[in-house]
Amino acid sequence: MKRTELVVSSLIVVALMICKFLLPKPLLFSPLVSTIVTILIGCAFLVIFILTVKGKPIERRIVFLVVGIALVFPFFMKVELPIRISPEVQQVYDKMSSLPAGSKVLAAFDYDPPSAPELQPMADAFMKYAFEHDFKVIMMGLWPQGPQQANQSVEAAWAYNPQWMPDSADEKVYGVDYVNLGFQSGNEFVILRMGESFKSMFPADLYYTAYDSVPLLKNIHNFSNIDWGVNFSAGKPGTVEWVQIAVDRHNLPMSAGNTAVQAPMAYPYLNAGQLIGLMGGMAGAAEFEKLTGHTGKAITFLLSQTYAHVAVILFILIGNVAFFLNKKEKK
Amino acid sequence: MRREIPIAITFIVGVVFAVSYFIPREPFSEFESQFGDWFGIIAAFAIWLGAMNLMKISIVKIGRKSPDYFYSILIIVSFLMIVFFGFFEGYKGIYADPQFSYRDAGTGFNWIYEYIYSSLSATMFALLAFFVASASYRAFRARNLEATLLLISAFFVMFGRVPIGDMLTGWLPDGYTMSGWANWIMSVPNTAGQRAIMIGIALGLVSTSLRIILGLERSYLGGE
Amino acid sequence: MLKKLYALAPFTVLSLILFSLFFLSITPIAIAQDSTDIIIEPATETVDDAFIEAQKPLAPTSVAAIDLDNDGGGAVLITWDLSVDDVEGGKVKEYLIMRSASAEGPFEERGNATLGIGRFTDNQAEVGEPYYYQVVASNFARSNGDYSWKAVGTSQTIGPVSSSAQWFNSDRTWVLVWMLLVCGAIIFYIWKAKSGKKIYIRKIAGIEEVENAVGRATEMGKSIYYVPGINDMDDVQTLASMSILGRVARIAAENNTRIDVPVSRSLVMVTAHEMVKEAYSKAGCPDLFQDDQVRYLTDDQFGYAAAIDGLFVREKPAAIFLIGAFFAESLIMAETGNSIGAIQIAGTAMPAQLPFFVAACDYTLIGEELFAASAYLSREPKLLGSLKGQDFGKALFLLAIIIGMIMTLFGVDWLSKMFIVR
Repeated sequence: MKRTELVVSSLIVVALMICKFLLPKPLLFSPLVSTIVTILIGCAFLVIFILTVKGKPIERRIVFLVVGIALVFPFFMKVELPIRISPEVQQVYDKMSSLPAGSKVLAAFDYDPPSAPELQPMADAFMKYAFEHDFKVIMMGLWPQGPQQANQSVEAAWAYNPQWMPDSADEKVYGVDYVNLGFQSGNEFVILRMGESFKSMFPADLYYTAYDSVPLLKNIHNFSNIDWGVNFSAGKPGTVEWVQIAVDRHNLPMSAGNTAVQAPMAYPYLNAGQLIGLMGGMAGAAEFEKLTGHTGKAITFLLSQTYAHVAVILFILIGNVAFFLNKKEKK
Repeated sequence: MRREIPIAITFIVGVVFAVSYFIPREPFSEFESQFGDWFGIIAAFAIWLGAMNLMKISIVKIGRKSPDYFYSILIIVSFLMIVFFGFFEGYKGIYADPQFSYRDAGTGFNWIYEYIYSSLSATMFALLAFFVASASYRAFRARNLEATLLLISAFFVMFGRVPIGDMLTGWLPDGYTMSGWANWIMSVPNTAGQRAIMIGIALGLVSTSLRIILGLERSYLGGE
Repeated sequence: MLKKLYALAPFTVLSLILFSLFFLSITPIAIAQDSTDIIIEPATETVDDAFIEAQKPLAPTSVAAIDLDNDGGGAVLITWDLSVDDVEGGKVKEYLIMRSASAEGPFEERGNATLGIGRFTDNQAEVGEPYYYQVVASNFARSNGDYSWKAVGTSQTIGPVSSSAQWFNSDRTWVLVWMLLVCGAIIFYIWKAKSGKKIYIRKIAGIEEVENAVGRATEMGKSIYYVPGINDMDDVQTLASMSILGRVARIAAENNTRIDVPVSRSLVMVTAHEMVKEAYSKAGCPDLFQDDQVRYLTDDQFGYAAAIDGLFVREKPAAIFLIGAFFAESLIMAETGNSIGAIQIAGTAMPAQLPFFVAACDYTLIGEELFAASAYLSREPKLLGSLKGQDFGKALFLLAIIIGMIMTLFGVDWLSKMFIVR
């Protein structure tokens, strides 16, 4: 059995590698192919429905396969989706767009690569907007991987407008227009100490330059010198800690971008006015991209997420219909 | 003394933090800063405790040739590899002109981060989509009124959070489309529930902290 | 060794498939960047005195400086009315805040504020030292990071003002009142419980099942896994989890069943190690405890989830406890546990993860049940008393919410304001 599995798996790998090199790039399905794929996925659900109703529930590997197909194939489809802006994302944008050029913005990158598919598009769109509108951006991370994610968003901004790169005409100068303070351990205690002095927690930036030697940081002592804060958060420490310390104790006006799983926890702070807007998950990121005009991965991936949501809803419906039919039969 | 000293430290630090919230001036503000620094230092060094434990257990497993000891070899090799790149390039970066960080694009550390670590951990997170589907197929049943209400909210939120919801209900007046319902569910019933749980947690937190500060709860020291 | 490698081959191949899928899926959306030529516009302005004079913005007015209230000293708040030239495309680029120890100067820059903003906090004032301030509206052009020219409009000098430290933050008076009430109630009920008063606590189904779960593992001759969440010891959920671990480990030790505690934080590892060791001692079998029962895996959220999943699949424990603070990894662990047929008891106060646990586990401790569990298990008066104190706090806040809501409906908001925290 193991030998067969090995052979089949090897064949799949070889086939995929061949596809990787032979298929046209970018690979896009025609509307006809997209429709056929969608119909086939629909047919798969019909079969699953019939089997489940007959009392033969499918095993989890089939569920995984169907979800996998529903997630992967939409990557190759080109469908324009209407994106409606939710009030909480609009709030973030309104706050950001009210800031004049030169505003000092603190961006806390409190996430790591697993959450990047949801949070990186928000961070990228934010960084492009910030550079476009000449904000002074101070980046930092309460998660060890945060500063690297921050650097990735700077690289995304460079890719969008190469004029912002070092030695270009409209160069965004490191240390003057933006700075990366790096990571500091200590979770919420870092925010607590930053309330008194940024320098006490970040004596040097990511590149070992002393705090006082960075021109941008010359006049920034603590939160009272920051015009707006934005937190991209995937857990603890994250938005909750920033609100409880930086917002409540030090009156920092702050917005947040959260993963979809975590976003419900931030709603109480949104409604109480402690947070100025909230971007939740991929949908929030797509809305933010649309508002800033910087179309990125979130809008591209939204179709895939739409298919996945529909797939999960169908699984719930099938499970429940079968449950009720079986219940009736038993009666 | 093994118990008394930690209890005394807990009491002093707990009281200082509580008092400094109300008395902003020195010496309390200074104590708060100092204790915060200590916490940061302890938290940073604590990682070594874990890393050394992981190494010790992995080496013992290899030595004993326990079942699946191959994974222990993988752990040690991966650990040493990332440590090597971090130290090696961190060292190079400090003495380079201009200085660079070992996390910068183009370094080996960053390559491992972007192409191995990111992909692996993103894959693990992505499994959630598959598990959500399998759990919803197997277990999300409208067994009673509460479960039915939960299912209906899930239906609205899942449809409302992606454009298809509005495409299907676009003919309804503004605010009554799927996204409108989803927003309402998230901002009203969800927030109400979250607030109730948060108040409960906060009170639990006050009660547990008080027990710890007063030395009534000692379970965190091992035993009761 | 080779056999081991061969056994691993299918997994390696599967991983390769996943990698290939990943590469394949990202290929079509990778967008090639065209190189863009850089065109530098030649400077056209001629900078002379007349030009500078013409670019000079009008100074800000009504400058005021006051000592910031309710702080530890060292902060002065400077406010001003914006310059008339502070308009879109106007002559003000930023405001500079200048400070001096004497009214005559010399003044040095203490900070800057962006246009449209009329306040700045000077955080670096010495307590008790008198200072004089000026606010300067500044217009300039920069090239290569240096000023090409600079024209300023300086306000009147204001001062002297000195900062002072306060002995009490009056913004937090009501917080102190509520804190004393709640803490007082908790201490009162602990004292009352200690003096022998019986306290009722309702049944918690998940906790009732602990013994059955351990018993099942004993019967099957398999181990128990206890996962204490992914937060550190500074999270009260982890603390609650540690208390429950002590109980579960003791029952396991009494039944001579192995309990494994893989953790994701070093400090949790140290505490869990002590808890389990102590539990074995109390059960009268300290020799059975092995060091590798409590082990650190990784701080990384999904690395931890992957390691736990691997352990579950390879070792197939009969009972799994997922008790503590969990985030997105909750369902990944719980579904894997479900797939191997283990009896699962979960507990968390993370509202977003509760539905996942309810779907995939046999029993779930919801929110506060987690905190009540250690009191429930130990039946210790001091713990039960503190639960009662918590209930008092809850009743107090519930009452305040209802009354506050009614009052706010009638436009009276003084009660709501008592709960504002600054």
